[in-house]
Order: sequence, then C-alpha cells, then structure tokens
Amino acid sequence: MNILWLQSAGCGGCTMSLLCAETPGLFDLLEGAGLSFLWHPTLSEATGAEVFGMLRDIEDGTLPLDILCVEGSIVRGPAGTGRFHILSGTGRSMLDWVQSLAPRAQHVVAVGTCATYGGVTSAGENPADAVGVQYEGAEMGGALDKTFRSRSGLPVINIAGCPTHPDWVTETLMLLASGTFGLDNMDGFGRPRFYADHLVHHACPKNEFYEYKASATQLSEMGCMMENLGCVGTQAVGDCNIRSWNGEGSCTRAGYPCINCTAPEFEEPGHGFTETPKFAGIPVGLPTDMPKAWFMALASLSKAATPRRIGVNATADRTVVPPSLQKPKS
Amino acid sequence: MTDRQLLVGPFNRVEGDLELKLDISNGKVSAAYANSPLFRGFERMLLGMKPSDALTITPRICGICSISQSAAAAFGLADAAGAGLAREGEKVATLLHAVENVADHITHFNLFFMPDFARAKYEGRSWHAEAVARFTAEKGSSLHQTVAARAELLHIVGLLGGKWPHTLAIQPGGVTRAPTARDIIRMGASLKAFRKYLEERLFAAPLETFLSLSNSGELESWTSGDAGLFVRIANELGLSEMGEGPGRYMSYGAYPMSTGPLFAAGRWADGVVSPVETEAIREDVSYAWMLGDALHPTEGQTLPDAEMREPGYSWCKAPRLGGQTVEVGAMARQIVDGHPLAVSMATGKGVLGRITGRLIEIARTQIVMEELLASIDVGQRFMDRVVVPENGEGVGLVEAARGSLGHWMKFEDGEIVSYQIIAPTTWNFSPRDASGVAGPVEAALVGAPVDPDEETPVSVQHIVRSFDPCMVCTVH
Repeated sequence: MNILWLQSAGCGGCTMSLLCAETPGLFDLLEGAGLSFLWHPTLSEATGAEVFGMLRDIEDGTLPLDILCVEGSIVRGPAGTGRFHILSGTGRSMLDWVQSLAPRAQHVVAVGTCATYGGVTSAGENPADAVGVQYEGAEMGGALDKTFRSRSGLPVINIAGCPTHPDWVTETLMLLASGTFGLDNMDGFGRPRFYADHLVHHACPKNEFYEYKASATQLSEMGCMMENLGCVGTQAVGDCNIRSWNGEGSCTRAGYPCINCTAPEFEEPGHGFTETPKFAGIPVGLPTDMPKAWFMALASLSKAATPRRIGVNATADRTVVPPSLQKPKS
Repeated sequence: MTDRQLLVGPFNRVEGDLELKLDISNGKVSAAYANSPLFRGFERMLLGMKPSDALTITPRICGICSISQSAAAAFGLADAAGAGLAREGEKVATLLHAVENVADHITHFNLFFMPDFARAKYEGRSWHAEAVARFTAEKGSSLHQTVAARAELLHIVGLLGGKWPHTLAIQPGGVTRAPTARDIIRMGASLKAFRKYLEERLFAAPLETFLSLSNSGELESWTSGDAGLFVRIANELGLSEMGEGPGRYMSYGAYPMSTGPLFAAGRWADGVVSPVETEAIREDVSYAWMLGDALHPTEGQTLPDAEMREPGYSWCKAPRLGGQTVEVGAMARQIVDGHPLAVSMATGKGVLGRITGRLIEIARTQIVMEELLASIDVGQRFMDRVVVPENGEGVGLVEAARGSLGHWMKFEDGEIVSYQIIAPTTWNFSPRDASGVAGPVEAALVGAPVDPDEETPVSVQHIVRSFDPCMVCTVH
C-alpha cells in the first residue's frame, strides 16, 4: 500500500517519534509490511514542483492513493479561509488540500492529537482556529464533515497521542495493510482499540503507591501523582506503561503526571497540568468507572493500612525503605 | 533584469513548511524571499494560562527541538523565581538537551541534507554511486544506521525524561527523576554505543582526531567516513562558494549551567567576539503579516494581519541584533566558542562551513555528554522546591540544535500576560526589515546557480538545508 503523509499545523513531533520505532526500525518495518511512502515531507527525496505534480495526480485520480496520513491540526483561520496555512508552492490552503485528497484515499489516518481533535494547536484562544481532521475537540465534524467516510467505508482513524507512540502508528498501518482493521477496532473517539482499550494506569510503576493512596506532594517524589500532581493515568487511554517509550520510559516512570494526551481537549484541563483540582480536599477527577463512594471508602481504608515502606518512599525521590526480606520457610 | 521567477514548495526535508520566491537573472538567483507559511499563534495561546503550563505547551511548538523549548521555559520560570535548577538536576537537564541536539544534528546530516547528492542530477560524478548507496532517501545504508543509532541514543531521554519528544521532566527547580547508579551505567552503555556509531560510520576515526583538525585545508583532505564523503562532494561541487552567510554569528551560550555555559556565549564579527547585548534585540514586522512596531521581546506583541496585506510575505517576524542580521546555529556556536577549525571557516565557506560546524559539534557534544554523565552524583538531590511568583518576569535563553532560542515571559496575578519567543530559524529565515535588508538565508541564496530547466534548483536546496531550518519553531 502507498502512503501520502501531509504535515499540517502541528509540531512534526509525531514523525520524529515515528523515527524512534525499533525492532525493526521504521524503514525495514514498512518495507516488510509492503508499505511505502508516495511522499513524506521529512523522508522523501522529492521536493517542490515534483511534489506539486504528484498531489495533482492524486487529486485527479491518475495516481491511486491507499493511505492518507495527516499530522498536525487543520487551521481554518483567518475567517474560515485556511490561509494561516498555505501549503507552500501551491497557493492553496492545507484545509483545501485535505478536503480534496481525503475522498481519494482508501483510508484516512489522523496522526497525533492535533490531527485527531485539534490538540495543542487549538489551545487557549485557538488563534488559528484549529480543528482535527474529522473532530473538533470531542465533537465529530472537523476539517471533514462527520459523515465523511474514506473509500474503505471507515471514518478517519484517530491515532491520538502527543506525540504518538511509534508503534501505535506502525501497528495501525500494518493492520490496514493486512486488511484486518475495521470499525470494531476503533473506540468511540475513532482511536485504535489495541492501545485505547488500556489505561495509562495499567503497569504504572507507581501502582503500589496508588493502592494505598500514598501520594507524592511535589514533582520528583516517588509516590502516586493522582492526589496532588494532576495525574489522570487512571482515566487516560494508552498502553504507555505496558509497552513503554524510547526504551524503558513513560511519563509516570520519569516522575511527572499523565496529562491525558490521547484525549480530545487534553490541552484545556481547566487547571494547571501538574495540579489536581480538589473539592473539599478530595480530588475531583476520580476513576471514571467506579462508584465514588466505593472509591472513597477503599481509599480511606487503604490509606490507614499503608505500610511504612510505602509511606516513606512516597515522599522521597528514591527508594529509602526497601522491601523486607522474606526468609524461605524451612 | 529578472529572467524568470520561481515559487519553490512544498519544500521538504526541512522541519515544517517553507516557501521560497526566487528571482532568477543570468542563470543565478538575484533575489530571494523566504515565506514561513504556517501561523499557529503559541504566544497568544499562552495568555491567561498559569506560568507553569508553559512547560507543557511550549515543547509542543516543535517536535524536533522540544527539549530546547522545554529548557527555555524552565529557565525562564526559574529566572522569574530568582532561583535555579538543583546542581545535579542541572546536569541531567543538560544531558537531556545535549542528546536532543546531537540527535537532531545526525538526523539533519543523514536524512535532510545528504540525500540531495544521491539525486539523478549528479549521475556521472565520481562519488555518485557511493552517495546513492549511503544516502538515497529512505533507503541509504547510512540513513538506516543513523536512524537505529538515534533511536538507541534517545533511550537516555526515555530513561530520564519518559519519552521524546515532549517531556515534562525539566522543571525550574531541577528534574523529576533522580537517576540511580544503575541508571548511570545503563546510559553509559547507550553513550558508548553512540560513540561507536560515530567512530565507525560518520567519522570512521576517533572523534578526537577529527576535532584536532585546525583549519579548512586539513579538513579538505579528510577522507574517512560519511564526513569524508561529504568533504569530497563539497570540494568537487564548490559548496564553499555557495550560501555565504552574513558573517556575523550569535550564540547565547550552549548549556547555561551555574558554572557557565559549556560552549561560550557571544557575538562574532570580523574576528572579534563581544557580549550578546540582548537588550538590543528588536523584532521588526515591516515585511511580516503582523501588525505593530519593531519591539524588544519584553514588549513584543503577536498581532497577525488576517488580511495578509503587502508588503508582508511571511508569518515570520524579523529579529535583528543592534539593527543587524546574525546567523545562529552549530557553526555560530563553534566559532564563538573558538574551535580552531570553525574559526578558520568563519567567512567564505558557505554551505561547507555550516555543515562542518555541525560535524564539529556532534563530536564535541558526544564528549560533553560522556563527561556530564560521569560527573553526576547520584547521592544528591535533583530537584529543589522553586515557587514561581504570581507576579514577575523571566527570560530563558538556550541554544537549540539550530541556534539561539529565547523565551521572554511576564506574569500577573498567577497568569501569563506576555510570552514572546524568538526561535533560531526566526533569526536565520527572517524576511526583510524596515531598511529592506534581507534575512540571512535570503541573502545567502543570492548568486546561487540555476539551470534553465530547473524548477526547484538543487543549489537552492543545498543552501537552504545547510541552515537546517525548523519552520515550525520559526513562527510558532
């Protein structure tokens, strides 16, 4: 399958992340799956007139397109013209190009939270009037109408994440190439379920602290970051702590909170990113699928039962009290 | 007398979107106009946010200079608080930043710059078959090896910073994870592997041998590794005769640690290094689609002209230092820092000089990273408590891979009321200013040879890519 990759109004970080794919690396992986770039702005040789010609060939149907990947949000400003981003050398807005090319593609894939829902490019006053390819925040209908379906019959596939994990992108592309990816494989926000059925909380190394609500009081402490530091890993979708990033990394492993970057409108949490809003001393954002009263009851019980090891380590920047030794029973 | 005009774009293998308008006369570029065609408006988005939110938002200006943005924001917040990073935390922050910078440099050389020499245009050149084997876009053996080495190097960011890009690990008081002795040993293994890649592939020689070159004559006889192939190509194509910059260089000083920057700060012109007087910076908007006056970033505004009126032709403002253009980047840093090879190539070396500056910096940064890692004392604190004031102002100045990056911020009642950013490529790819003086790349393109049948002149591509522009940072 061929891929046309366009970089719209974003930071390019999803491509930079994609290049971190390992075992195998990006180029070998794509080749092995029978995937090739018609053009990618970071990777391809072709520039300028050659690319413009290719875009026109896709547009008029002489060059069939299998997968259109869009990275970055689509800007509609100023005043709905899209001229805050003219695709260079073409005199036409990226908004216009995406609307024109998407119906030609077998599949349309939005890569990253800017492309999926608007993301950080739509933060604050949203100066450029940025939206996602098929969503505006959590609402369907973005640069493309909510009724849009690509030639495969699927809506836009939303690989959300800021940035996206390289494997989320490569595995989605490989599933598409294998012909086994369908509507059932997407969640309610269009995200591939192979990673969106997990929570960032799953396999978080701070889980033992979470069990006892043994909380960090400031960044650099080892405890759970839900109570004080804005972590929403118990609500955020992503297998970040299961598969890990750049070797053995993840946000929570590095000691800072999950900010829910796979979700629509994560850029507007309504409070500081590293602060937990509270009402009467109780965090507002508790796990979504658990009765609040049960959560509170369990939390107060487990807090009371916190082992010293966990309580001390929670507010330390390294393990101060190691696990106690278990002698084998003779 | 202009023979023809070219509109060049989409311009790829640069980070982000770039459009060039070229006037061609007598087979050469006679005038160039650089347009940064994307406006997102980060400086406006930040208004009303909490100061600490800049640590989440500003790295997302750029997916390739993300840690640079993060560091500038953290230093700015620390400056406002009258504090600094905990000493060991500062080392970790510097290591994170150095990894990003060197990863960017090898990405640029292998994925962005060199593939142009594998083009069919150069068929028949003595080095072409070698360039095709190593540097064909997506396929060349050097590209593959570089992507693997880069991914492995970035494990250091995975370990200390959680992921790359877009880490929140760097904070005004230090870093969020205290590394253990085991972590240090593990990262040491990553650094050794990276040195091996550099010494087997890029330089095919000990880094120290390359760094002992002291003038361009010695460089011209360097033959080993991918660097040697580049030198051979540059000699034959005369890359030193194309793309001459303004001859004025600036660096804020790379890795501004409490003991001083690891690569010196300064402004270099005519062989003399003087302090960078940041108060003499103005962002001119005469030819930008921006409203307002030429102002210092502490007073600066970002008021896009929705009408996109002439004479504006870019969303990029035009920063000037004391009214003059300056070139920023790896070459600037190495000249200001006084590396003999860089200094010997400060003028008259065009594209060759700029790429050489980056090669010098790759080798030196590897050594910096090794020394930093060895110096980290895992028994110490990596973060101090720093309270950012509700009212105040701060400045964060760093050196990103592509050059000088500054964040100027003001807070009132716990909210950001002003946040101005001047990125490296804002300097290098600025449009003309009120005096009609062209930006550095615009001036560097004048004289570039253009064949009659070329729509996207390859000489223009070499010159533009030699600057390693980051267009997403440029306008932000």
